Amino acid sequence: MTTPDDQDEYRLVLEGISKQYPGCLANDNINFRIKPGTIYALLGENGAGKSTLMKIIYGVVKPDSGRLIWEGEEITISAPVQARRLGIGMVFQHFSLFETLTIIENIALSMEKSDSQDMDALAIRIKEVSIKYGMELNPHRLVHSLSTGERQRVEIVRCLITDIKLLILDEPTSVLTPQEVDTLFKTLHQLSAEGTSILFISHKLKEVKALCDFATILRHGAVSGSCRPKDESTTSMAKMMVGDETPVGHDYKKVIGGDDFLTVNNLNLKTDDPFGITLKNIDFSVKKGEILGVAGVAGNGQSELLAALSGETILVEDGKILFPNSDLSKHSPLKRRKDGLAFVPEDRLGQGAVPDMSLWENALLTGALQGMVKNGFLIRKVIEDYTDLIIKQFKVKCGDRYSIAKSLSGGNLQKYIIGREVLQKPKCLIAAHPTWGVDIGAAIAIHKELIALRDNGAAILVISEDIDELFTISDRMCALFDGQLSPIKATSDTTIEQVGSWMAGVFDEQPIT
Amino acid sequence: MLKLESRGYNSKLLSYASPLLAGLLTLICGSILFVLLGKPPLETLYTFFILPISDLYGLSELTVKAAPILLCAIGLAICFRANVWNIGAEGQLLMGGLIGSWVALSLLDAEGMWVLPVVLFSGILGGIFWAIIPAYLKTHFNTNEILSTIMLNYISLNILLFAVHGPLKDPNGYNFPESALFSSATELPILFDGTRLHLGAGLALLAVVVAWVFLSKTFIGFQMQVLGQDARSAHFASFKEKKLVWIAFVVCGALAGLAGVAEVTGPIGQLVPNISPGYGFSAIIVAFLGRLHPVGILFASLLMALMYMGGEMAQINLGLPLAMTGLFQGMLLFFLLACDVLIGYRIVLSKPKNKLLTPTTSSISLESK
Repeated sequence: MTTPDDQDEYRLVLEGISKQYPGCLANDNINFRIKPGTIYALLGENGAGKSTLMKIIYGVVKPDSGRLIWEGEEITISAPVQARRLGIGMVFQHFSLFETLTIIENIALSMEKSDSQDMDALAIRIKEVSIKYGMELNPHRLVHSLSTGERQRVEIVRCLITDIKLLILDEPTSVLTPQEVDTLFKTLHQLSAEGTSILFISHKLKEVKALCDFATILRHGAVSGSCRPKDESTTSMAKMMVGDETPVGHDYKKVIGGDDFLTVNNLNLKTDDPFGITLKNIDFSVKKGEILGVAGVAGNGQSELLAALSGETILVEDGKILFPNSDLSKHSPLKRRKDGLAFVPEDRLGQGAVPDMSLWENALLTGALQGMVKNGFLIRKVIEDYTDLIIKQFKVKCGDRYSIAKSLSGGNLQKYIIGREVLQKPKCLIAAHPTWGVDIGAAIAIHKELIALRDNGAAILVISEDIDELFTISDRMCALFDGQLSPIKATSDTTIEQVGSWMAGVFDEQPIT
Repeated sequence: MLKLESRGYNSKLLSYASPLLAGLLTLICGSILFVLLGKPPLETLYTFFILPISDLYGLSELTVKAAPILLCAIGLAICFRANVWNIGAEGQLLMGGLIGSWVALSLLDAEGMWVLPVVLFSGILGGIFWAIIPAYLKTHFNTNEILSTIMLNYISLNILLFAVHGPLKDPNGYNFPESALFSSATELPILFDGTRLHLGAGLALLAVVVAWVFLSKTFIGFQMQVLGQDARSAHFASFKEKKLVWIAFVVCGALAGLAGVAEVTGPIGQLVPNISPGYGFSAIIVAFLGRLHPVGILFASLLMALMYMGGEMAQINLGLPLAMTGLFQGMLLFFLLACDVLIGYRIVLSKPKNKLLTPTTSSISLESK
C-alpha cells in the first residue's frame, strides 16, 4: 500500500480511476504511477481504454471516480489548459495544427497570452529548443508545407517550449519512417535524462521494447499486467495485450507470382486539392498469385493511387491500367468490379460501409453484382444468405445481419468488409490499410484470408503504413513517397532499413548499412 | 454556455415516439395560447380537432385536403432520403395546376375517355418541368437546391397569377381573375356521391404503396438512400450521383404536379389564383413528421389536413384568426425538431470558455458533437 511518504517520489499517481461511458466501462479501477525521468509505455489493443486514461490525465475527460495526485498533492484537472500549466504536454495522434499558419503562430496560439506577445523572441526560443533536442525547425514556415514528421516535431516543440514535466505521446510513430522514429527516440531519451517523465502510448511492441523503462498493459479497461519491456519478449507482451487464447506471430510462405495481372503504366495524376499529392510516373505490376505491398507514410499519394485504381478518380492523362491486357483506366468503378477487381477502401465507416445501415444493406453496397438484384428489384434472400455467409466465415462478432454497421467494433467491421470483397472471388484485390486500428486477433484473421486468396491465384495489392504487416504478408515490396514509387524488390531481398529509406524518398540502389 | 452532448445511443423506439410527443406538446402549448386569447381551451381544441371530422362529410373533406399534401410529401420524402433538399413542391404543384388547367381549357369541347388522362399527364409534366430546372442547376453548376427551389416557388406563383389575370381568364367572367369552368370530361370522377372525394385521393394512396415498394424493394431506391446517408460510400460503390439526383427531382415534380392538376380538375374545377393554401410547404413538415416513411406520411398528412380544417372551423365558430393554422403547423415542426435533437443529445451547461483557444481544445469539443 502507498503511504503519503513514498508518494512524494512520484510525479503523478493515479488511484482507482474509473470512467463509464454509456454501454462501456472504458476505465476500470486503474492504478498507475509515474516517476520523474522515466519512460513509461501504456500498451493495449484498440478499445482497451488507453485514450480515455490519457484524456483523463490531460483534463479532457473527467473520471467518474478515483484520485489524481500530482507531485504529492491531490488535484482535479478540469481542462487541458490547466494540465499545461502544471507541466503536462500531450502530442495527439491526429495533429492539431492550423495548416495555413506558421509554426510560430501555431505555437503562440497554445501559450498563455503573456508569453506569446513577443513573436521574435518566441521564434528564437523555438529555434533553440528544436536544435537542442535534435529536431531542427524553421519557425517561419507554414505548417502545410511541412512533412508529417516535421509536423510532429512542431507538436513536440510546442510541449517543450514551456517547462514540461510529463510528456504524453499517443501512437507517435504511426506516421513516421523508421529513420524518423530513431530521431524521435533519441529526443525522448534526452528528455527523460533531463528528468521529464514520458508516457508513450503504442501497440507496436518492438518500439516499446526499444524505448521504454516500464510498460503497463491495459485490457478491457483494466490493468492486465506490467513489466520491464527489456526483460520481456514481444510475444510475451503481446500475450498480455490480447490474452492467452489468441495465437500471436505468424510466418507466411513467400511465393513468386505468375504472369503480370494488373499492370499500371506511366500513371500521372494531378491533384486539384492544394494539400493533395500529384502522382508521377507510377509503373508497377501485380502478378497472379502474389501480394505486392506498398509502404509509405500517409499522405504520400496513397489515397490518390487508390482512387485512380478503383476508378473513383478517372485518369485524364495517358497513363494505362491494364487488367490483364485491356486498358480499364477510363472505366467506372462498377465496370472494374465486373471485370473481377475488388477493393477494400481506406475508411471503413463512410466509404467501405454506410454507418447507419444494416449489415445486409452494406453487403448490397458492393455486392450487387452477386445476383442480389433482378430487374431492378432486390432479392432479399440472396443478400441475406450472402451476409450470413460473411458473418459466419469471417467470424464477425455482431448481433445479426440486421445490426447497424457502426455498432460493430473497428476490427469486426473490417473483417466484414474484407469478407464482403473476398467472397466475391475477385481476380485482383486492392486493399488499403487492411488492419489499420484492428486488434491483433482480427489482424491475424485478415492476414490469413488475404494469404488464402493469394494461394487461390488472385493478385493482391496491399497499401499499408504498417511496415511489419507488409513484411509479414507481401511477396514483393515497394514504397510511395511524394507521389512517386520506389523500386520493387522481393521481400526476402530487402530490409526494413531499405524500405525505410524508400519511404523517406531515397530510391538509390546502393546498399544501406 | 449551453452545449449539446451526445447521449451516445439512439433509441429507435423514441425516434418513432418523437412525432407523438411533438403532437402532445403542440396541443398543450395551443391550449395555453387559447387561454391567453380568452377562449376555453378544451372547447377550442374540440372545435379544432374533433368537430371537423365528426361526420362522414367531414371525413371525406379531410381526405380531399390530405390528398395533395400526401402526394407532395411522398415526393419530398424521396428527395430528402437522397439528401436532395427540394423545398419546391409548392412551385411544382402550382406549375402542375397551371399547365393542367391550360390543357383542360384547350380541350373544353373535347369528349371521350382520353381527355382526363391527357389533362392529368400534362399536369404531371408541368410539375416535372419545374423540378428539372433545379435538378439541372444542381448537377451542372452545383447550385444549392434549397435556394433555387425556394426562388422557383415564387416564380411559378407569379406565372400562375399572370395566367389567371391574363391569357387564361374567362372572357365571360366579368373580369374576375378566374378561368372558365372545366368541362365535365376533364373533371376527376367523384368516388362517393354527396362528397367531394375524388379520384385524386385514390391516386395518392397508390403513390404511398408505390413509394414504399420503391424505397424498400428496388435497387435504385437503395442507391438513393445510400447517397443520402453517405455520399462517399455511394461514390465508392459506383452509384451514379447525378442520375439519382435527377430521379429524385423528377419523381417529386411528377407527384407535386399531379397534386396540382388534381386540385384544379377535382375540388376546384377551374383555375383560380389560390389553388393551394401552401400544401407544398406543409408537405415538408408532413414528410418529417412521418419520419420520411410512406406509411408515416399517410398519417401525418391526415393530421395536417385536419389542422387546415380546424383552422377554418375555429375561424367560423369562435372568431379565431386563420393564422392559427400556420401557428399550429409551426409549433408542430418546432417541437418535432426539438424532440429529435433531444432524443440524441442532452443539453449541458459548460463553464465559460477557456481564455485560450487552442486547436487542441477546439478539436476535442468538436469530437463530442
